[in-house]
Amino acid sequence: MNQVGRDIPRLEVRAKVTGRADYTHNLRLPGMLYGKVFRATVPHGRIRSIDTQAARELPGVYRVVTGEDIRKLIPEPYYGPAFHDQPILALDKVRYVGEPVAAVLAGDPHVAELAVQLILAEYDELPAVYDEVAAMQPDTLVHDVLRPAGTFADLKHLQGRKGTNVALDYHLRRGDADKAFAAADRVIEHTFKTQQCLHLPFEPHVAIAEPGDDRLTIYTSNQTPSFVRIEIARLFGWPENHVRVKVPYLGGGYGSKVYVKLEALVAALAMLVRRPVKIALTMEEQFYMITKHPTTFRIKSGVDKEGRLVARSCAVYWNGGAYADIGPRVTQKSGFTAAGPYDIDNVSIDSYALYTNRTPAGALRGFGVPQLVWAYESHTDLIARELGVDPVEFRRKNLLRDGRPQASGTVLQDAAIGEVLDALAVRIGWNKPFDRGSGTLRRGRGIAIGFKASISPTTSVAVVNVSADGSVYLYKSTVDMGQGSDTAFAQIVGEVLDVKAEDVRVVAPDTDITPYDMGTLGSRSLFHMGTAVRLAAEDARAKLRALATEAGLPQGTNYPPAEIFKKRYGMQAGNVIGTASYVPNYKPPDPQTGLSDNVTPFWMVGGAAAEVEVDTETGHVRILRLVNAADCGKPINPGVARTQLSGAAIMQLGFTMSEAMHLDGGQITNASLADYKIPGIGDIPPMENELVAAEQHSGPFGAKGLGESGTFGVSPAIANAIHDAVGVRITELPITAEAVLRALRVKAGQPLDDE
Amino acid sequence: MIGRTMSARTINFTLNGEAVSTTIEPHRNLVELLQRFDLFGARESCGQGLCGCCTVLVDGKAVSGCLYFAVWVDGKSVTTVEHFDGHGTLSNVQQAFIECGAFQCGFCTPGFVMMAHQLLKENSDPSEDDIRHYFSGNLCRCAAYPEIVEAVRRAAKAT
Repeated sequence: MNQVGRDIPRLEVRAKVTGRADYTHNLRLPGMLYGKVFRATVPHGRIRSIDTQAARELPGVYRVVTGEDIRKLIPEPYYGPAFHDQPILALDKVRYVGEPVAAVLAGDPHVAELAVQLILAEYDELPAVYDEVAAMQPDTLVHDVLRPAGTFADLKHLQGRKGTNVALDYHLRRGDADKAFAAADRVIEHTFKTQQCLHLPFEPHVAIAEPGDDRLTIYTSNQTPSFVRIEIARLFGWPENHVRVKVPYLGGGYGSKVYVKLEALVAALAMLVRRPVKIALTMEEQFYMITKHPTTFRIKSGVDKEGRLVARSCAVYWNGGAYADIGPRVTQKSGFTAAGPYDIDNVSIDSYALYTNRTPAGALRGFGVPQLVWAYESHTDLIARELGVDPVEFRRKNLLRDGRPQASGTVLQDAAIGEVLDALAVRIGWNKPFDRGSGTLRRGRGIAIGFKASISPTTSVAVVNVSADGSVYLYKSTVDMGQGSDTAFAQIVGEVLDVKAEDVRVVAPDTDITPYDMGTLGSRSLFHMGTAVRLAAEDARAKLRALATEAGLPQGTNYPPAEIFKKRYGMQAGNVIGTASYVPNYKPPDPQTGLSDNVTPFWMVGGAAAEVEVDTETGHVRILRLVNAADCGKPINPGVARTQLSGAAIMQLGFTMSEAMHLDGGQITNASLADYKIPGIGDIPPMENELVAAEQHSGPFGAKGLGESGTFGVSPAIANAIHDAVGVRITELPITAEAVLRALRVKAGQPLDDE
Repeated sequence: MIGRTMSARTINFTLNGEAVSTTIEPHRNLVELLQRFDLFGARESCGQGLCGCCTVLVDGKAVSGCLYFAVWVDGKSVTTVEHFDGHGTLSNVQQAFIECGAFQCGFCTPGFVMMAHQLLKENSDPSEDDIRHYFSGNLCRCAAYPEIVEAVRRAAKAT
């Protein structure tokens, strides 16, 4: 029976609808203490004093810990995937409001919470910088010296660099953009901005550390258990096998739970007090953990007389906040595709990761790509309008197609960009007339497409274990946070070993048991780990055949595994272990030109089309239809894939229409679900979702990743539709009614009084 | 103040059909009370009664467990998501949520399941508007909303 392509429910559905699914949130250990975090109240300042006396004296408080206490345990208590720049608790300086400064431990979390309010800290305040473009000037320095982690060879030259907020700059030069601009018929330039927003998983960050003798077990809601093990072991100077990281299901991740988040803090606290320690953030505290990069993107295009794009230059400024997290990778990886899915011979890209005095920014469902697509697809639409050309036709004319080199120099393969564009145009009825509204209610349509290079080079290892009765286990460290990876892997194993996917036991990540995986991020799991899983299952199949031969069974016959084991071992005994690892090929970009002929093992493609109605009296935008399309190759589980596409699009709808962190003097003023508006059931427009017919020939059974593709086109499709409806252009997210009204009033020559 | 003058009170209530008794301090909420009975289906997430992850029924009415003091259930009847498969079979709502793929990470799902039962008890044939109205206090960050609407309709047909 074919397992791949089956529309089965996720393996864990019963546990989830009954409320019995295993989350870190549920776990309590004997003798466990609860930690609560005391946070910085100034955006930038030297720590003068931290007075913990009143907190320590509160009955029920077990211990109060500051950064200096941790420094005694771990001499260099700095962590991070790209830079070792983030202290476990603030040392010497604080760099954003909400930065952890001290932690209180108590047997009752309410006591710990109260004690936190009794701590007093004094700072010598320093000037702060919040804006990514302003941070390009070295007037206010967030860090005195850059501390690249050394994990990435191409960051080593940044070691010890001083006097800058630029954590990483990536430059790409293809052809000669300056010359092409000079020769172009028209040169068109715009600037677009995106806001600071965040993931907000409904299971807020939570981690527990259980200490042993020079050993730790960490239970955590985290997308990268293998990385956590390595990073915690590094901090303590231990071998990897002294740290065990266990991850059950995640109550949402979306990129917020990658790399080390709470794990270093609970680990240090647990080793200090030699008792299990749990820290669970509140919804409010998630605003001080990790966010999505605000950006400023200056984009310029040259067009020839035939309407072809001949040159494009991109300058992208990524507001990374106080600590680099994975921002430098976002800056470079998304930099590859900043010029969009168009065939342009002359391209220059400059992409800068900047430190500022805000909550750190990392990866959020798209690894920077949604910010880029917002800019290049708004820009592309504006060019078409200026040329008087249909926006879809303009795109078709300039589209990057398979076999052509992308800006980085990597040739496009199995990227169904044209098919996604066509699917959107057909579904929205692009060439058909529609009701354009009347009076104060005007309607319009917009379309946008985007693409993304996947994460490379990264490693995934899988183990498939066939038991003596023929039942099968799969061990992997990929984290199922709702995307359905466990189910897809079970289908792959089932396909290879001819067992029902539902019968494959998928073991939850536990680094003492499950092998290495770089991380559950960047839509890499299905392709990278999926390939390792397929190979491991094939290895098990080959070993079963060898065992049959060893047992003296005639070749060429398919014996049930149980019979093979029985014949070989004389009873129900033994196992067959299949293993495999997968690392895609990768060529790092040339340091001078930023070019490489192999930046990614596969391309992700997604887009959206929208029909909107704008109320010209209020600026309110009603989305009448939202069409999403993506290329996921041949889906392993079409039903789960469609919900990924839909869910990603709705999440991006929130980032498009309402979500924004508001900052006042460095202080976030809307850190709650009451004041930070995410999409609810009443905000969902009529939607259609299409997975275009495609195949990723190098992927497992023709499939590739999809988790982020649904985000790409949503924001610019809506802005383009608004432009189509009422002739105003919104260049900054989110597209609130206020923003639209202001633009309408400016267009009418009657700007609001405060403009 | 917490930690100083906490005086635990004894409360008696019915939990998923069973008479129970415990002592609990007056500042603790219903989610914390349920955790003492190893019931983790009601989850505190936003802590403001906005997301619905902590939805439970008290005397047949849906409440946000994060905003409902534990001591208030004294003498009352509490029903949690764990009640619905108490006899080993899933409810029509749970079955429909599975068939429609109406969740991803599953963290908010018990709240939606509770609210769907409440809706179908009060309105056996809800329109899409009715469904949207009823779930205005339940949020899903994975945004399985279209599938949730479909699941509730399917459950209504099966009920």
